[in-house]
Amino acid sequence: MNLEKVIFGFFIVFAATLNFGFFIGEIDNPVHHDIYELFAAVVVNLIATVLKFGDRTQIGAIHLATSLVADLQLLAAAMVWGYAEHVANTGLTPSTMSSIVSLSGGALFANVISVVILIAETIMQRR
Amino acid sequence: MNGTPTSTIFLVLRRLRTPLIVLIVIFSVSVLGLTLMPGPLDPNGGSMPRLSFFHATYFISYTATTIGFGEIPYAFSEQQRLWVTFCIYLSVIGWAYTLGTVFAMLQDKNFLNAVAAQRFARQVRHLREPFYLICGYGEAGHLICQALDELGYRAVVIEKDEAKVGDLELQSYSADMPALCADAGQPDTLILAGLTSRYCRGVIALTNDDSTNLAVAIAARLLAPSLHALCRAEHAETAANMASFGTRHIINPFEKFGEYMALALHSPAAYHLLLWLTGLPGTTVTRHREPPEGKWVLCGYGTFGKVMTEALENAGLPVTIIDRAAPLAAAHSWIKGDGTGGEALRAAGIAEAVGIVAATASDVNNLSTVVTARELNPKLFTVLRQNHVANRALFDAFESDFAMVPAEIVAHECLAILTTPLLAPFLAFVRQADDAWAETLLGDLTGRFGWDVPTVWSVSLNISQAPSVYRLLMRNEAELKLGELLRTPVTDRPPLACAPLLLLREGDPPRLLPGLEEPIRLGDQLLLVGSETARKDLGLTLFNGHTLKFVLTGQDFPSGLVWEWLAARRQVRDA
Repeated sequence: MNLEKVIFGFFIVFAATLNFGFFIGEIDNPVHHDIYELFAAVVVNLIATVLKFGDRTQIGAIHLATSLVADLQLLAAAMVWGYAEHVANTGLTPSTMSSIVSLSGGALFANVISVVILIAETIMQRR
Repeated sequence: MNGTPTSTIFLVLRRLRTPLIVLIVIFSVSVLGLTLMPGPLDPNGGSMPRLSFFHATYFISYTATTIGFGEIPYAFSEQQRLWVTFCIYLSVIGWAYTLGTVFAMLQDKNFLNAVAAQRFARQVRHLREPFYLICGYGEAGHLICQALDELGYRAVVIEKDEAKVGDLELQSYSADMPALCADAGQPDTLILAGLTSRYCRGVIALTNDDSTNLAVAIAARLLAPSLHALCRAEHAETAANMASFGTRHIINPFEKFGEYMALALHSPAAYHLLLWLTGLPGTTVTRHREPPEGKWVLCGYGTFGKVMTEALENAGLPVTIIDRAAPLAAAHSWIKGDGTGGEALRAAGIAEAVGIVAATASDVNNLSTVVTARELNPKLFTVLRQNHVANRALFDAFESDFAMVPAEIVAHECLAILTTPLLAPFLAFVRQADDAWAETLLGDLTGRFGWDVPTVWSVSLNISQAPSVYRLLMRNEAELKLGELLRTPVTDRPPLACAPLLLLREGDPPRLLPGLEEPIRLGDQLLLVGSETARKDLGLTLFNGHTLKFVLTGQDFPSGLVWEWLAARRQVRDA
């Protein structure tokens, strides 16, 4: 067992699970989507991205790409939230909430790909 | 650093992994904490709402980067201030750690090497003109780079010694010379330096280390078999090894100087002709005293000493050897002792000798030997081995008759081979010719062009090097004589300041010093000597059809469709 691999796998799966936790629920109901969960998802996703830096293999490149997509989507979701609350001053209307959640849904898809790659990589390794 | 250089961006990312994660964690802990701290009491007795993520991110961003706008959006509560105090120290640690890592990485040897190698590879990749690959920027490498630069060729340099690479960057060459600090013996390094590039014209291995030169030779032979490879070899075994796999040009400076010496003994004029033709561009050749016949003394029986002994003995001159070692060669008269002292020199019979060769590997000892010897016998002919170009001032001050500078000999030889391939067969003739012939030729040429090293160049009369002559001869209009071509394209068409030395024609024996009446044919190869202006003028004639017409007829013909048509009409009307 390799500690580096444990940490790597932990962050990738954790990023996906947090993302899923935020995503699940009625799409336009703010009660179902907690802001702290979104914050945690963003932070864990960023850490997972940095962990993937510096791998020159093909699989490493795809890993990094999916993570970058997830970051982008989650940050966009957070920005929409901040914009609605502080700049537009409309508060969380159902339409804003649904766009936030759908953006996080896109990030979830990228995270799922990341997890699939992680599993595929593990299965390919016969050691 | 071995193998291909790591892509620097990946190296940077890999190194920055930990600091970036630390920064993200610190930032997120700070923001999260700030959103959880209770806000201050508002005037109505209730408490203000806690900071939102938006405000917390804003506040931490300007606090962590030490900008510090104050407490926004409202004056903080005591709990919030407590947390912010904690965050400030935390973020300072985070930034200090990140910046420290970045600066350490920027100064890291591996990183700098990776960056330098990448820049070098990019420069070489973007070279879009023919270049020579030079391995080893020692004294010979320096001379060759200078000469190539003067001749307008590009060069790429690989050198192991960092100080010498730095020295190269300080030289003011007219063209940029990419240089890499690496071991030339590694095939990867050679490929990086453009060995397999289609613009590479030749590879020159000049390092001090015979085994590295050998490695370059074999790499060139296998990876780029059609390239000219010039390799320096100081030991006979290395030279034999190189020759075994077909290295075309092997240069042994000691062997070469032995040949020069033999030539100077056998035919001084031929020797001077050879010096004059193969000199470094921009230098002047001075006439040496002719080596006298009689008894010679040689100090230092090393590689060079052996070659010199052989050269002198082949000329029928007796040699006495002074060496610190016990006699190695039984056939020679041998004095065991120190050549720098008068004792050993007297024992070797310096008073009756006509010449002395100082052939040790130490410049100081060589100078000391000849100075002492000259005091004992002022009329001595002195041959000095100069090991380092840097000691030139000392050697110039002594005014020896012959100075053997390995670096210069290698440089001459390389340039002669690279820039004018036809020169080698001509020089072979010169070496075999008798002294009277060489004397006449030398007198003629130096009378016309002076003792400054002339431009020596070769021309092939084919479609790529002489398109105008090619078109003219293909039309078969008239027979073209050499003398007609060698004229200056100005009014009165005076003869060009150059002389043909050699004419090579397929199927015919080489013609030495072809006459101006010699008819020329397509496919002829000419070796010419003369001034740089003559070379440029001839180039113009060979490329430009109008210049060629003018040189042949002395008349300017109109060019362009309309003018040609008008001229044709006028001709018809006049006729």
